Amino acid sequence: MTRGYTPRAAVTAEADAAGRTRLTRLRSDGPLAVRATADAVYLVGAAASPLGGDDAALDLAVGPGARLAIRSAATALALPGPAPSRTTVRATVGAGGRLDYAPEPTVAARGCHHHAKALVDLAEGASLRWVDELILGRHAEPPGRHTSRFDVTYAGRPLLRHELVLDDPAVYGSTAVLADARAVGSVLLAGPDLATDPFTAEGLSVLPLVGPGVLITATAPDSAALRRRLADAETYARGLPETISHHT
Amino acid sequence: MGGHFGSDEHTASPVVGRALRLGIGGPVGSGKTALTAALCRSLRDELDLAVVTNDIYTTEDADFLRREAVLADDRITAVRTGACPHTAIRDDISANLDAVEELEARHPGLDLVIVESGGDNLTALFSRGLADRQIFVLDVAGGDDVPRKGGLGVAAADLLVINKTDLAEFVGSDLALMESDAARVRDGRPVILNSLRTDPAATGIAAWVRSVVPVAAP
Amino acid sequence: MAGTDAALLLLADSRLPAGGHAHSGGVEPAVAAGAVTDVADLTVFLRGRLATAGLVAAALAAAACAHAAGPADAFDALDAEADARTPSPAQRRAARAQGRSLLRAARATWAHPALDALAGTAPHHPVALGAATAAAGGGPGDAASIAAFTGVTGGASAAVRLLGLDPLAVNRAVAGLAADIDAVAARAADAARGPWAELPAASAPVLDLYAELHAGADLRLFES
Repeated sequence: MTRGYTPRAAVTAEADAAGRTRLTRLRSDGPLAVRATADAVYLVGAAASPLGGDDAALDLAVGPGARLAIRSAATALALPGPAPSRTTVRATVGAGGRLDYAPEPTVAARGCHHHAKALVDLAEGASLRWVDELILGRHAEPPGRHTSRFDVTYAGRPLLRHELVLDDPAVYGSTAVLADARAVGSVLLAGPDLATDPFTAEGLSVLPLVGPGVLITATAPDSAALRRRLADAETYARGLPETISHHT
Repeated sequence: MGGHFGSDEHTASPVVGRALRLGIGGPVGSGKTALTAALCRSLRDELDLAVVTNDIYTTEDADFLRREAVLADDRITAVRTGACPHTAIRDDISANLDAVEELEARHPGLDLVIVESGGDNLTALFSRGLADRQIFVLDVAGGDDVPRKGGLGVAAADLLVINKTDLAEFVGSDLALMESDAARVRDGRPVILNSLRTDPAATGIAAWVRSVVPVAAP
Repeated sequence: MAGTDAALLLLADSRLPAGGHAHSGGVEPAVAAGAVTDVADLTVFLRGRLATAGLVAAALAAAACAHAAGPADAFDALDAEADARTPSPAQRRAARAQGRSLLRAARATWAHPALDALAGTAPHHPVALGAATAAAGGGPGDAASIAAFTGVTGGASAAVRLLGLDPLAVNRAVAGLAADIDAVAARAADAARGPWAELPAASAPVLDLYAELHAGADLRLFES
């Protein structure tokens, strides 16, 4: 097979008259499947493991006042193939709606050539939690090429435009970019009541944005350390600074 | 944002409509910060004033002024100079201008902004784009041959202060020689001998500052 | 760059009185962290910075220059794009401080509607640089080149001052990055032909961390 899959999946969450969220659309497409559970919608299949040549897209719509959590069952593995692989997630969140997008990490395997793109459009009053974790190669292997681009607007204004490019080891391995980290991740929190002061600790920054949001970025030697750092930072960013010790 | 700085503002009568900008320069340890503190204490009741410090390494000078409570915190701004204190007062005065403008915006009606340099050698001179008037501070412990050797700061500052005169006898400096050497290289511009130990109010220097600040109608 | 346009060379000159001398581009915190100790380390650091923050700055500068050449009214939208690409508050402050200083220097030197449009603001440095490049008669490619080049030379100069590095060796290292600088500038100028929303946004997590650490440090020589 020289051409990969091009699945298009979609999830729509809407609040009913009583304010309860209903999944009004839950569309799986071939290898890209979405499965609803009691507390989240899980991604399974191609969205979780893009193979070279695949071009998967996921559309998420969260209506005003609705809530949607996206998870995945397992670590995603970006693998080599005859052509670059691509995943695109588009999301809209209405006023008072909340999207919590936190799939398992992606591993950029040796030889992969993957483009991950996410475009999120938040209405005024919407809130967001968006987790992105990337592991540079499987155990003791160098990563392939991996580009992620994340664009978020809030009330029509750009809130965050953030790219991470693993292409040239002389760039991403630079002491200015990732140094010798094997795992890198971020959590974007958008909405009200977030930390307004920056915070740093080893391999970790909590960065209040100009718009209503906080970007957490972390680098770590491995995925477990990365997750710990991001979790610590999230606690701080949600305005509970006494739970971790101040570094600066 | 403030006006244009392309024109030479170092005119005989300082610009009307904004604070007089007074540079205080001189070698490290000559007593610039203590003098700045003394001037603030002597003048703060009659002049609306603020200070910009150009610390070489830390915000120590600004912190000293705050600790001494010579002015309210929001009247003191510290500028960092990227390891080049001369550059910040002479070649590229951007950061100091920004600091001065911010103080002026925060305190409309300022009469005087003192810009204290981060410690210089004898060739340092404030740019005319930054300071309307400047004081160069030497101390007697630096050697009584310094005025004779001259240098841009010693020769060209609007006022030369020979500081810590109370120490002269201990370091073997000849005050009269320093004063006469200074007078010769300075072509008649004023020189003041000063000791904050015997005159904590820096009376003579404060009087000189009063004489150069344009007096606003009450 | 068109080669010998002296007005544009002024903008790339490290003696341009626009406040750059007090900013290290993250080199001072990198030195403090022990990540940069010699010329080889510096080269590694600057190469990574150039391809990330340098590329973003060059693209924003090129976009600002292209905008200035047209009916330049408000730069707000482009400035917001710069904010969205600068998650670190310390870096936003540094960018605006340098933008404000550059705008002052440019307005004292050239008259141009784009500079007038920015008057009274403290734009991100690349936005001011793009407008200043237009005012000096340059195009988006020039703005990108100047942004990419001065981003490297500023950090190199800071390292010379902080570590007492041999300035001749550092100069050779910077010359060794010339092809990378040109490539980044070309990519940036190309990207600036597209919509602002799609301009490069390459991040450098360690640079962001350093910027915040530096802002909270007791001992520092450089503003950033």
